[in-house]
Amino acid sequence: MRDSTITRALHDTLPVMTGYLVLGMGFGLLLSTRGYNALWAFAMSVMIYSGTMQFAAIDLFASASLVTTGLTASMISARHLFYGLSMLERYRNIHGLRKIYMIYALTDETYSLVCESDDENYCFWVSLLDHSYWIAGSVIGGVLGQVLPFDSRGIDFALTALFVSICVEQWLNSSEHSPAVIGFAVSVMCLVIFGADNFLIPSMLLITIGLFMMRGRIENV
Amino acid sequence: MFDVHAGYVVIISGAVTIFLRFLPFIAFGKNTPSFLLYLGRVLPCSVMAMLVVYCLRGVNVLAGSHGVPEVIACAVVVVLHVWRRNTLLSIVAGTALYMFMIQEIFSA
Repeated sequence: MRDSTITRALHDTLPVMTGYLVLGMGFGLLLSTRGYNALWAFAMSVMIYSGTMQFAAIDLFASASLVTTGLTASMISARHLFYGLSMLERYRNIHGLRKIYMIYALTDETYSLVCESDDENYCFWVSLLDHSYWIAGSVIGGVLGQVLPFDSRGIDFALTALFVSICVEQWLNSSEHSPAVIGFAVSVMCLVIFGADNFLIPSMLLITIGLFMMRGRIENV
Repeated sequence: MFDVHAGYVVIISGAVTIFLRFLPFIAFGKNTPSFLLYLGRVLPCSVMAMLVVYCLRGVNVLAGSHGVPEVIACAVVVVLHVWRRNTLLSIVAGTALYMFMIQEIFSA
C-alpha cells in the first residue's frame, strides 16, 4: 500500500523532477557566477523553496534594502495565499508536523499535482519528492558553476519557460479560459501603466476585482 | 568573506514566503467563506499568466533586440508544449534556444 503510493508519487512527479532539476541547476549556476557557492544554493533552496523568489533574491543581493526585499518578497509570493486557500479543505484532516511541512512545501508545481488528489500520503510524498528535486538541482548547478566556466546569459529564461508551459497545461486542461485571459491582460496593462518595478500589487488587486465581477459567469460554466 | 547582507535577504525572503504559505491556514482554519473558495479555484490560472508577464517585465520593445528573442522562445515553448505535453522538453528547448539567441545572434 505504502510502496504503491510512493511509486505513484514518483511517477506523477517525473515532469516536475525534470523541470526542477533544469530550473534548479539554472539557479545554482547563476548564483555561482555571482560569487555565491553551492552552500548558498542549498541554504536558499531549503529555506525559501520558491524558484521565482530565489531568482529575484539574486538581484536583491546586489543592491536592495531590507525593506525593499520584504516588499518584493510579499508581491512575488502573494500567489501562495491563493494556493493555500484552495487547499484548505483538502488539507483539513492532516495534522502535526506533516501538515506543517506540506503547507511549507506548497510550491506552484506541487500545488498543480496535489490539488488533483484527496490522498494524504500521496500529497505528502509529492511534496517531499518535489522539494528534494529542487534542492538537488540547485546544488548540482552551484557545483557545476564553480567547476566549469560557463556563459550563463539567458539561463533565467528557464523560469519563464516553466510558467509558459504551466499556462499552456492549465489552458488545455480547462474549458474556462477567462481567468488566464484576465490575468494576462491586466498584468500587461499594469506593466505599461505602473512600470516594471511597481506593477505586481495593482495587477493582483485588479485581477481579484475582475474575477469577482466575472464570478456569476465563470461559476455557471 | 561572508556576505551578511545577502544572508539577511535570504532570511527575509524565506520568512515572507513561508508566512504567506501558512497565512490562509492560520486565518481560515475552521470555515472558509465561499468567495475565497471561488478565488482559490480560479486564481492559479490568472496568477500563472501574471507570472509570465512578471518574468518578461524587463523586455524593452523599443530598444535593443525589441523583445524578439523572448517572443520567439515563448512561442517555441507554447508550440512544443501543445504538441508533446512534456515539461522537460518545453523548458530545455526554450531555454537553450533563448540562450543561443541572446549570446550568438542578438548580442550587442
